[in-house]
Amino acid sequence: MEEKKKTVGQLILRNGALGGILALYLAAVGLVEAFSGRFLIGNLISLGQIFLVAGAITAGVLSAFALKDQSQSTKWFASLLAGAISSLPLAFIVFIIEILVIRPTGFEDIFVFRDMFVSFSPNLFDILTFKQGLWVGTLLRILASALLGLLGTGFLMIPPRLRNALISGIVWTLGIGLFSENVSQIIEQTFGRGLIKFLFQNKALNPLAAVIIFAATFAFSYFNVRHKSATRWNNLPPNAKRTGRLVFIALGILLLILLPWIVGLFLSQALFIIGLYVMMGLGLNIVVGYAGLLDLGYVAFFAFGAYTMGILTSTGPLGRGDLNFWTALPFATFAGVLWGLLLGFPVLRLRGDYLAIVTLGFGEIIRILATSNWLAPLEGGPQGVLFIPSPSFFGIPLNSPQTMYYLVIGGSLLAVFISIRLRDSRLGRQWMAMREDEDVAEAMGINLVQTKLLAFAIGAAFSAMAGAIFASRLGNIFPHSFNLLISINALALIIVGGIGSIPGVIVGAAILAGLPELLREFSEYRLLFYGILLMIMMLFKPEGFLPEPTRKRELHAGDQENLNTNPGPPELADS
Amino acid sequence: MAALLTSKQVTKRFGGLVAVNAFDFEIHEGAIDSIIGPNGAGKTTFFNCITGFYKLDEGEINFNEHYIHGLSPDRITHYGIARTYQNIRLFANMTAIENILVGRHPHFKTLFWEAILKTPRFLREEAEALAEANHLLQFVGLTGKGDLLARNLPYGEQRRLEIARALANKPKLLLLDEPTAGMNPHESVEMIRFIRNLRDELGITILLIEHDMRVVMNISEKITVMDFGQKIAEGTPKEIQRNRQVIEAYLGRGAAAGLELETTPA
Repeated sequence: MEEKKKTVGQLILRNGALGGILALYLAAVGLVEAFSGRFLIGNLISLGQIFLVAGAITAGVLSAFALKDQSQSTKWFASLLAGAISSLPLAFIVFIIEILVIRPTGFEDIFVFRDMFVSFSPNLFDILTFKQGLWVGTLLRILASALLGLLGTGFLMIPPRLRNALISGIVWTLGIGLFSENVSQIIEQTFGRGLIKFLFQNKALNPLAAVIIFAATFAFSYFNVRHKSATRWNNLPPNAKRTGRLVFIALGILLLILLPWIVGLFLSQALFIIGLYVMMGLGLNIVVGYAGLLDLGYVAFFAFGAYTMGILTSTGPLGRGDLNFWTALPFATFAGVLWGLLLGFPVLRLRGDYLAIVTLGFGEIIRILATSNWLAPLEGGPQGVLFIPSPSFFGIPLNSPQTMYYLVIGGSLLAVFISIRLRDSRLGRQWMAMREDEDVAEAMGINLVQTKLLAFAIGAAFSAMAGAIFASRLGNIFPHSFNLLISINALALIIVGGIGSIPGVIVGAAILAGLPELLREFSEYRLLFYGILLMIMMLFKPEGFLPEPTRKRELHAGDQENLNTNPGPPELADS
Repeated sequence: MAALLTSKQVTKRFGGLVAVNAFDFEIHEGAIDSIIGPNGAGKTTFFNCITGFYKLDEGEINFNEHYIHGLSPDRITHYGIARTYQNIRLFANMTAIENILVGRHPHFKTLFWEAILKTPRFLREEAEALAEANHLLQFVGLTGKGDLLARNLPYGEQRRLEIARALANKPKLLLLDEPTAGMNPHESVEMIRFIRNLRDELGITILLIEHDMRVVMNISEKITVMDFGQKIAEGTPKEIQRNRQVIEAYLGRGAAAGLELETTPA
C-alpha cells in the first residue's frame, strides 16, 4: 500500500485536530463538568481535569509518533503547535457560551442553545477559562494546551524504562483513586478501618498515600521486579518448580474460595454477575466461537432456564411442582436444551447474517410471549414469577451474594471443564470445521444437522443453567429482565475477550459485566464507554484481549527451527 | 476387474444450461483415470454430482454396489469417496494436524459425552487418530508442520495437506480436482509420483481432473474427454491424442498445439 507522504504541516494539523475533537467531545458529553468535583487525589487532581487535559496530551503524543523520523527541534515545535491547535475547538465553544449563554446579546431568545447542548453551561465556561474571563482565559488555555502537547511529546522521548515505570505509577495511582470505594471496601474487610483513614479522604486518595503508591509502583516497574522474579523462577530446579506451582495453584484455589469474604457484599454481587456472564459467554462461545453460528437471541435460553426454575420452585400461586433448587436445576437445564433443539431445526439451512436475524427474532418472540396475557396463567405475564426460594446446600441457605457466589463459581467451572473437553474432542473439531467451511465439512463426512443441533443444545444448556441460578438468586423474575441487551452483552464479551477462547470469555465477562458494577458513578455514561471500548477493540485488537492460542498437537512439535529449514520438494513415502 | 463407480445417464441442469448431459462413466478398482475437457465442460460439476454437492436431475450413480445419488455428502463420504478441490479449501484457521483429524471423522466411534468424561475408549481413539494423522503428515512430506495453521502453509504444501486430509477419510476412491494447478514442472513431476504412490501403496482408486496435458498423458490409464457436458471420447492416452473429435474440441480454444506436441508420453 503506497500511502501519500503527508507534509509536517499536515501532520501537525491532523493530530492537533484529533486532540481537539477528543477534548471537545469529552466536554460536550458533559464528562469534564460532571466529574470536576470528583477528586482522585486529595483536592488536587480531579477526574474532570484529566478529561480536560486528555485532548492536548493526545495531540502531543500523536504528533510525536507521526514525526518519528524528524529532527528533535521539529518534534518539539510540532507538539507545541499541535497542542495549541487542539485547544481551538474548545476555545470556539467558550466563545459560543459567552455570546449565547452568559452575555445577554439577544441571540439567546432566537436560538436557545442549551436546549440542545445541555453540557455547555456557565459552569463549563468557568472551568475552561480558569475563571479569568473570555479573552485571558482562552489565551491561558491555548498556552496550557501547547505546554501539555509538549509534555505528551516529552513523554515519548524519555527512555522506555523510565516511561514504562511512569505509566505504571500513574495508572496505579489514578486507578486506585478512581476505584477508591471498591478498594476501601476490600481493605475494610481485610485490614480494618485504620488503613482506610490513612489512604482515603472522601472518595479521593490522600496526597501522601498517593505519593507512596506512586513511588512503590514506579519502583516496582523501574527495577523490573516482575522480570527478575520470573528469571529466578525459571532458574529453579524442576523439582522446586513443581512444588512452587502446586503452592501457586493451592493459593489460587484458596483465593477463589475466600474471595467473596475479602471483597465484601457489594463486590460479591458484582462477582456473581460476572459468573453468570461467564456461564452464558461460554455457552455462546460454543455456538458462535466454535460452531460459527451467529446467535443474537441467546437470552431466550437464559429466560427458559429462569422461568422453568421459577415455576418449578416458586412457593407463590404460580408454583407448580414444589421442587427445590437442586431437583429443579436438571429440568431447567433440560428446558434450555429442548428449546435449543427447537430453535435449531428451523434455522439449519441458514448461515451468517440470515441466521443472526432469525435468532434475533426468536429472542424477541420469547420476551413478548413472556409478557403476554396469553401465557400469564402459566408464568405471570408482566407480573412475573414471585416467591422463588433461595437454594440451600446441605442445610446451609445460599441467600446472600457471598454464598451464591459459590454456586455460580461451581457452574462456571463446570462450563469451563465441559468446554475444554469438547473443544479437544471430535465434536470440537466438527464445530470448527463447520465454522471454517460448511460444504467441505460435510464432504468430510460430518453430519451438519447433528453437529449444529448439538452446538445449539449445549450452548443453550449453559445459558439455561445460568438463568436458573439467576432466578433463584433474585427470588422473582420479570419478562423485562430478559431483553436484547443481555444477548448483545454476551456476544460482545466473547468478542472483546477473543472469540473461541475460554480465558477470553472470563476476561471479557470481567470487563463488560464487572466494570459497569465497579463504576456505578458513571452509569449515565456506561453505554458510551461500552461503545467506545468495542470500537477501539475492533480497530486495534480485533482478535480480542486473550485470543485462542494455536494448539500444539503434533507429537514432535518441540523443535521450532525445524519448521523453517526444510522447504524443498516433498519426500514422498519411499518405504 | 469390477467397476468401482458407475454413472448412467447423469444429467445436471442449471436453469437452461445443461452442465452435465447424459454422462455415462465407469472407473475400475485400482485405476488412475482422468477426465479432461475445455473450461466449462462440466468436469467439476460431475465431481460435485458424485460427492452429493449437487442433486442429479436424471440418471444414477452406483458406487461399490450402492446407489449413492440423492444421498447427502456426508453419507457418501462414509461409503468411501473423498475429494480435493480445484481452489484449495482447507480449514484455514485450524492447524494442519487438526485438518487431518477432521478428515478422519468418519472413523471415530465415541460420542461427545465420552469426550467430557474422558473414557478409556475416547483416549485410545484420540491417541490412535493422532498417531495416524502424524503418519499421514509424514506421508505427504509435512513432518514438523503439523502445528502450523493451514493458511500459513505455502501453496504446494496446502495442496498436499488437502490430499492428506482426504486420505484420512480412508477412501476407496479419491477424486482430485486439478492437483497440479499452479505448480511448476518439477513440482508436477513430484505430484505424479505421489499420486502413483497412493494407488500402489494404499490401493486407492484415483480419478482426476487435470488441465496439464503433460500430467494427464503421463499418469492416466484411461482418459475421458468432456465437452459441453457430454462425453466426446474415451480411451488410453495414445488413443485420445489421435482422436479427431478431441483435437477439434480443443482447436478453437488454441490448445490443440499443446496436444499435438505431446506425442510420446514419458
